[in-house]
Amino acid sequence: MTETHKFGTVNPITYHAWNKDRTQLAFSPNNHEVEIHQRSGDRNAYVWSQDKDGKWKPTLVLLRINRAATCVKWSPNENKFAVGSGARLISICYFESENDWWVSKHIKKPIRSTITTLDWHPNNVLLAAGSTDFKVRVFSAYIKDIEKTPEPTPWGAKMPLGQLMAEYVNSAAGGGWVHCVSFSPDGSKVCWVSHDSSINIANPGQGNAFIKLKTEYLPFLSCTWISNNSIVAAGHSCIPVIYNFNGNNQITFGGKLDTSQKKESGGLSAMKMFHSLDKQARSETSDTNLHSIHQNAVTCLCIYGGSKAKATKISTSGLDGQLVIWDINSLERSIQGLKIQ
Amino acid sequence: MSATLKPYLTAVRHTLTAAMCLDNFSSQVVERHNKPEVEVRSSRELLLTPVIISRNEKEKVLIETSVNSVRISIAVKQADEIEKILCKKFMRFMMMRAENFIVLRRKPIEGYDISFLITNFHTEQMYKHKLVDFVIHFMEEIDKEISEMKLAVNARARIVSEEFLKRF
Repeated sequence: MTETHKFGTVNPITYHAWNKDRTQLAFSPNNHEVEIHQRSGDRNAYVWSQDKDGKWKPTLVLLRINRAATCVKWSPNENKFAVGSGARLISICYFESENDWWVSKHIKKPIRSTITTLDWHPNNVLLAAGSTDFKVRVFSAYIKDIEKTPEPTPWGAKMPLGQLMAEYVNSAAGGGWVHCVSFSPDGSKVCWVSHDSSINIANPGQGNAFIKLKTEYLPFLSCTWISNNSIVAAGHSCIPVIYNFNGNNQITFGGKLDTSQKKESGGLSAMKMFHSLDKQARSETSDTNLHSIHQNAVTCLCIYGGSKAKATKISTSGLDGQLVIWDINSLERSIQGLKIQ
Repeated sequence: MSATLKPYLTAVRHTLTAAMCLDNFSSQVVERHNKPEVEVRSSRELLLTPVIISRNEKEKVLIETSVNSVRISIAVKQADEIEKILCKKFMRFMMMRAENFIVLRRKPIEGYDISFLITNFHTEQMYKHKLVDFVIHFMEEIDKEISEMKLAVNARARIVSEEFLKRF
């Protein structure tokens, strides 16, 4: 049901991504090394393309930012990507075939803070961004040089580049850095998780109102839709949790995916005690392991099998250097009370 | 463990667990810098409300959190002059060797005896729950250590004065 992978190192894996047929995995250890393209404390982005003999070649993209790039996402059609940065702007980058060069356009207003997270709408035009000024915004990232005029969406009809389609303030009292945003598979809802341990869903056309559920867990760092009404979120509490969004506009707890139990200490406690006294000069056998598969915060959550509309497997990676693949279908069958809508 | 110590430590433990949710975060002000925001205080939105947990007016813990770092300052019980001196010397001894303790700060925050600075790099390299355990263990031990030293100092003073007064 769950597979655990370790990559020889114990370095934290802050980000990972799968290629289309899931045969290759790119991940970014916590330094300035690369996945599909770099995201780092540096200010540059690279598009890595595989040439014929299987070697990866980097191409520099001019981002024109003067602070660290924090997050990056390819658009669904993979003809452009967005980079969020500490320079309080988003760069939309696309390939200009005339000059044989990646160029970028900026979305500046009204961002007042570091962009922490980005997600593309399935229509390849809208972009959701979360930032440390406690706000989630939906922008249009329409590049008229390379795209046809987009169809109107529930978020709005007119979409010039940089148009602010919606803005949500995470909490009225202030507070709660936004850690992850995700568009629902049909693009009609946006979900985000923030540092006040809450999970939020917003519909367009309801003004600035949205639905908020404060959870009992530590803040989530990553979230994704696994069907049109279910969300998986994971973060500092080390376990992925499913939340459902039901018809009467409520977010309900669906279940935990990790059901690891506390390991039985068994009868050999005296021997264990002497062991630990011998090894660590301590008499109590306080074990160092947490009772979950991940031993440290989960920073990245990807869909491994299926799509956002119907995910069958998801993968998580975290600061403990582990990558875990969760089979949602078989977990749903085996865990009592786990409901996915 | 006395009756008030346990709830005190439990409160500190829960606050620390919640406070130690840290993220990698590059500076918003200076390019290519990555600094603990709780120290540089470059932007108000990156800081959380500080929490003080106190057992009595002398023993308290200040926990200040930011997006990528948390600062924990501890005020240790000092009932009399000897304990004050012992505490000062002991903390000085440790803070001079701060790099060996990794999470220790070289200077305490004003009004406190010792400060720890834990950044996201520490929580990435070490288990978070073990870091919390370490701080709690430190708080448990420091009282014990100081009262033991005080006893030892008193016992030694008694022997010395006995020896000295034998001459008369």
